Amino acid sequence: MVELRLPKNSRVIDGITWQKPLDAENVQEVRIYRYNPEDSENPRLDTFFVDLDKCGPMILDALIKIKNEIDPTLTFRRSCREGICGSCSMNIGGVNTLACLKGIKEFKGPISIYPLPHLPVIKDLVPDLKLFYKQHASIKPWLETSTDEPNEEWLQSEADRKQLDGLYECVMCACCSTSCPSYWWNGDKYLGPAALLHAYRWIIDSRDQDQKARLDDLDDSFKLYRCHTIMNCAKACPKGLNPAKAIAEIKKLQLKNS
Amino acid sequence: MDDRPLSPHLTVYKPQITSVLSIFHRITGAGLAVSTTLVVFWIVSIAMGKSTFIGFNNFLDNSIVTIVLVSSLWALWYHFCTGLRHLYWDMGYGYDLKSVAISGWAAVACSFLLTFLTLLFFVI
Repeated sequence: MVELRLPKNSRVIDGITWQKPLDAENVQEVRIYRYNPEDSENPRLDTFFVDLDKCGPMILDALIKIKNEIDPTLTFRRSCREGICGSCSMNIGGVNTLACLKGIKEFKGPISIYPLPHLPVIKDLVPDLKLFYKQHASIKPWLETSTDEPNEEWLQSEADRKQLDGLYECVMCACCSTSCPSYWWNGDKYLGPAALLHAYRWIIDSRDQDQKARLDDLDDSFKLYRCHTIMNCAKACPKGLNPAKAIAEIKKLQLKNS
Repeated sequence: MDDRPLSPHLTVYKPQITSVLSIFHRITGAGLAVSTTLVVFWIVSIAMGKSTFIGFNNFLDNSIVTIVLVSSLWALWYHFCTGLRHLYWDMGYGYDLKSVAISGWAAVACSFLLTFLTLLFFVI
């Protein structure tokens, strides 16, 4: 359902303005969404000031610096710091992306950082991705086969392998799905761009033998057809993939399948 | 836990050319469904005879209705142009971000141009 306003317990209130670093010349203002599950207060927006002369170039560097030097309770996910793990996805300057791939210098003025949109928040910038992972599991992200196992491995021609380029690179950061207004309003029933991109990746895998069942399972007015080609997903993807195109290809295959 | 807050969405997401054009496609579609009834009433008034027809024409002849009609004309052309874009997409073309931006701005430009041309050749 379309819910334009946030529920009462989710409305963001003014937060703490932390002290500016002393004798720093190159200061960047960063506003960060904070939520602590251990008190009963609403989420708030804290203001931090980062000395850019003593900070790495990426947003993730700034977050780590804030956590190390200003407020150790600031909570966010991160791991590889090079766009491979997909952990540090968040809404930066109004757009979903990976903090480790986004340069601080790409912004002018204060930078606002929120958790990925329209998800339950566990703490600060850490959203609950349970449903997102469940939807990924629901498309059976593995090889489905019915013939006998080959002696060594399931083989694939180079050309067939090429079909998976632009799909297998997905790191499941959820930037695409949580940028999609349709996923915001119908996330419980619509699978969302990430899960559908993975679905397509298995549908067109030449080694997979379950294409028809996969297509039949997706042939549903909510699971697949809540995609209205808004295209925010492709615009948000920090890996430069195009979930909207993958979804369009599934829709085309549905025509042939019916 | 059910009492977890929901993260902000519409209010914090920066307007994207993609989503803004999409929501306008919807708004113009819904608006046209309403303003088309004006046209239906106009046709009905013809069937109801000369005096009703003249009366209805007099009702239409004021600046508020003119604004409604001109914006409906724009909405029709906008919905038409973005609709063509959707047909093109449904065939599987034009998904790379550059094409999306080009076709999007082209649809906006064409909607204004076509509105202007329609007014120029058929109304004024």
